[in-house]
Amino acid sequence: MNKIIKYVVLDILRNKILVSYTVLLFAITMTMLFLQDNQTKSLLSLLNIVLIVLPLVSIIFSTIYYYNSIEFIELLVCQPIRRSRILLSIYAGLALSLLIAFGIGVGLPLLIMDHSLTSVLLVLIGALLTIIFSALAILGSVFMRDKARGIGVAILAWFYFSLLYDGLVLFLLFQFSDYPLEKPSIVLGSLNPIDLGRIILLLRLDSSAMMGYTGAVFKSFFGSAGGILLGFGILTLWMVLPLWGAVRRFNHKDL
Amino acid sequence: MIDLSHIAKRYGRLQVLDDVSLSLPMGKSIALIGPNGSGKTTLIKCLLGMVVPDKGSISFKGRNILGDWSYRADIGYMPQIGRYPDNMTIAQVFGMMKDIRCLPGKDLDEDLVNAFQLPLIYDKRMRTLSGGTRQKVSACLAFLFNPSVIVLDEPTAGLDPVAAGILTKKILEETNKGKLVLITSHILSELDDLVDEVVYLQDGRVRFHKSLPQLRVDTGEQKLVRAIARVMENATI
Repeated sequence: MNKIIKYVVLDILRNKILVSYTVLLFAITMTMLFLQDNQTKSLLSLLNIVLIVLPLVSIIFSTIYYYNSIEFIELLVCQPIRRSRILLSIYAGLALSLLIAFGIGVGLPLLIMDHSLTSVLLVLIGALLTIIFSALAILGSVFMRDKARGIGVAILAWFYFSLLYDGLVLFLLFQFSDYPLEKPSIVLGSLNPIDLGRIILLLRLDSSAMMGYTGAVFKSFFGSAGGILLGFGILTLWMVLPLWGAVRRFNHKDL
Repeated sequence: MIDLSHIAKRYGRLQVLDDVSLSLPMGKSIALIGPNGSGKTTLIKCLLGMVVPDKGSISFKGRNILGDWSYRADIGYMPQIGRYPDNMTIAQVFGMMKDIRCLPGKDLDEDLVNAFQLPLIYDKRMRTLSGGTRQKVSACLAFLFNPSVIVLDEPTAGLDPVAAGILTKKILEETNKGKLVLITSHILSELDDLVDEVVYLQDGRVRFHKSLPQLRVDTGEQKLVRAIARVMENATI
């Protein structure tokens, strides 16, 4: 298994797109950290960029990489290797390379310049989002045989999670504003990994005061150590479930 | 020894394989022939686990292969169109396959690698290779790990006559060592001295499975090309 991961990582690290992604992340992090004198403010700006850019790059890059390595997969499938192992190795290689890029671009500079618990949390959430969105990419591309359709689905998924979903939630909250919606909104927040990441971090930054009563409920739920753990648990599920579905499909797929 | 029983596979509305049952003994060289789209490649892919049949079972040396993977250590496969990661060099592809497949203590069969003089172009990237050179790489990989079953899908298509000659010689050698060689080809003339048995597939069904001498007797033709032409004309043998 490690051997396949090694080949995938070596292949991706030579990719210029990934290198420029790293440089971009690094530049953004440095700009945010140096241009603003307020720590919280710069972390917030960085958070917003991480929440938009990371899922987008992870899901698109992973999808395209999967389709480009169809040959590699075909070559491996007729070798004495378990199928689930092939898919999981390719996923692991992808996620690992994206994590390396994120680690160099955001993780290292942030942890060196600002060693607060909040920035550790930000790095953790970024890492989890990278892992989650490459898992979603694998799920989509295993199900879609056609490359163009696969990339379309990946873009739609990103669009849904980062824009559409928030719109839907807002719509629901307005429609049912006569009812107590604090608990449903916690559930709604957990159904989207990006929102969940945002909530966990915003509560650390004490911006919850701006969110009124809902913010207070969020604070009492996600603000505690148990709540944060639960949040990370749900994020882990967001990684495991798509992978499980992808492996199940891949085991019976005709290549 | 490979046994296929009642294999069926359907792609959408197209029935590619329909109740195929075959028994392929060791030490024989078997030709799998049939018109385009008769299901030859799909059958081979079922054997390799790349395509999962809808019905039926395949056993390899007495073990059912569905859901298994370890049996593939004993199969060398040369695909019709070899597709490899574009960015890797030939040496890297070989290195990777050895890395993934090689069991310690098992010696490698590098006859073909040397015969095709691949070491001279080891650092060329796969993307830059011609179709024929790709075929050479595929052929070398099929024989490299000394498998006891070798599956060749259109082995000589795209090879120059010299390379095709080298490959044919190698196939004969391996058959004589008691290996099972399964070949699909449209170039029937080259199969004459190569194969012991012929499986004729049409519209996803096995039309016949005979030894070559038997086929010659039945059709009254010496050459395989003529014999098959006779079968296609009569359609009742």
